[in-house]
Amino acid sequence: MAGYILRRLLATIPVLVIVAVLVFLMLRLTPGDPAAVIAGDNATTEQIALIRNRLGLDQPILAQFAIWAGNLMQGNLGESFFFKKPIGELIIGRIEPTLSLAFATMLIAISVAIPLGVLAAYKHGSWIDRVVMGFSVMGFSVPVFVIGYALIYVFAITLGWFPVQGYQPLSGGFGGFLHRLVLPAVTLSVIYIALIARMTRASVLEVLSEDYIRTARAKGQVERKILFRHALKNAAVPIVTVVGIGIALLIGGVVVTESVFSIPGLGRLTVDAVLARDYPTIQAVILLFSGVYVGINLMIDLAYSLFDPRIRY
Amino acid sequence: MSAEPSLLAPVASEPLPPSRTVLMRLVRNPVVAIGGAVLMLMTLLGLFAPMLGTLDPTAINPSTRNRMPGFERTIRADDGTTTVFKHRMGTDSLGRDVYSRVVYGARVSLLIAVSVATVSIAIGLFIGLIAGYVRPLDGIIMRFMDGLMAIPGILLAIAVVSLFRSGLTSVIIAIIVPEIPRVVRVVRSIVLSVREEPYVEAAIMQGTRLPKLMVRHILPNTVAPLIVQGTFIAASAILVEAILSFLGIGIPPEIPTWGNIMAEGRNLFRVFPHNILYPGIFLGITVLAVNMLGDGLRDTLDPKMAGR
Repeated sequence: MAGYILRRLLATIPVLVIVAVLVFLMLRLTPGDPAAVIAGDNATTEQIALIRNRLGLDQPILAQFAIWAGNLMQGNLGESFFFKKPIGELIIGRIEPTLSLAFATMLIAISVAIPLGVLAAYKHGSWIDRVVMGFSVMGFSVPVFVIGYALIYVFAITLGWFPVQGYQPLSGGFGGFLHRLVLPAVTLSVIYIALIARMTRASVLEVLSEDYIRTARAKGQVERKILFRHALKNAAVPIVTVVGIGIALLIGGVVVTESVFSIPGLGRLTVDAVLARDYPTIQAVILLFSGVYVGINLMIDLAYSLFDPRIRY
Repeated sequence: MSAEPSLLAPVASEPLPPSRTVLMRLVRNPVVAIGGAVLMLMTLLGLFAPMLGTLDPTAINPSTRNRMPGFERTIRADDGTTTVFKHRMGTDSLGRDVYSRVVYGARVSLLIAVSVATVSIAIGLFIGLIAGYVRPLDGIIMRFMDGLMAIPGILLAIAVVSLFRSGLTSVIIAIIVPEIPRVVRVVRSIVLSVREEPYVEAAIMQGTRLPKLMVRHILPNTVAPLIVQGTFIAASAILVEAILSFLGIGIPPEIPTWGNIMAEGRNLFRVFPHNILYPGIFLGITVLAVNMLGDGLRDTLDPKMAGR
């Protein structure tokens, strides 16, 4: 077991290194001289040379990578071209809205999708099943921002139940925080619900034909317990896996949802950085998001091996 | 999956060739029929856009900005004759006809869907065949693909887009890049399982050269899964284009795409929701049709996955 955990941990290192190399090369491939961008329009050649020297841009590319990776290890993400601030600071200031949105979305998605999926599997072939599957395909087909604007139109503009846009930090009161978070979280959860419900249905459907389910029925176990204790528990591995893989969808969705609802989070920062061609910030945000994605999936893999006695490596 | 005819089957009751039965099953599947019909309709819409009562989708008209759907305008032609044009879906904040832009938008979306699906499958197929067959390269290629897949798709597309000037080609490239590793994985796993099959070993024993071995014996096994994969890539390509354009980092705003129309309508959304509503409906229906087609294809070509 310890050997497996160690091997799994070591296996993520090359992935992260390749992500870092790709992200680093991205900046080198960009047209234009970063030093000239930082120096601004009125800079002299000497000033640009000075900045180039300070950033290490006059060194060979391998040395540049070493400097950049070394800084990264020390938590130094560099300085933003556009915001003229250390990127670390920039990211810390934007983390709360994004984390709140992601957590709220996960909470809604999991608590809606799993019961839906189990119900669809239990009523396999019925109209409930067809409605759930139909919803799931539709959830994959409508872009996040269309769902967002539709919800804004109905619940904020027509009914006036929620504010149209904006974010309120948790420190400004929980009520207002939650009030502004509901619509964006529901918006973002749609595609996630579609994904998880579909996988839950497929996985539970497979388990329901197992012998031990028949045994449980034969000994007179209540249906609800059969579903949620016997079936769901054994169907959990693919469901949890898809929740992890879905983090990639969630991250992409965060970028869009924050733009629709004017939430000052990391997604909005990403879009602003791209529009301003602020490459160091783009790099940092991509690295951060990829690291989180890889990290969560690593934890999920490790969690199986700890909690599921059937999995032996 | 192997296409070997059974020697024991009596000649008289020879079944229909598999290709024909698959086609018949496909046409009978209502999900495929509906998805295909909708897609056909959208294709026709895009192809015949100039003949469907549309105006120039890029023509700016300052005097009729932000009109509600149903607004009528008199157009004076060069020879002095006048016609009344009805803006069925209203106009945007530059006075362009939304209906014309939506209809022309079908062209761009479908073009992107088809080109992204074919190019990413072609590249992914090539890399996947190499990874699956040339053992020493497998490790390197797959680690590289793992790295690419570790970057969430939309972010990778955003990163690629930020490298180039915005334009149709750069957006297509940006959508292709994140799809490649997924195709490589599928192809590689098929190659790995097929290369152990007796008929492949027999072909190797006979001295079949590598290119012929690939094309004749290994490639056919990848066709069905790749058709399915291709439809899902097409669906996601339409969505990603819309998202990129909506964020203002996609195709230049004057080109009519569904994402651009919606991006344009963002600021005045509260007063003129139709600028987001109509292209949103067209986009949703098209992607839904492609997804239905994909689901139906998968159920038919891979019965093990049916109804999942």
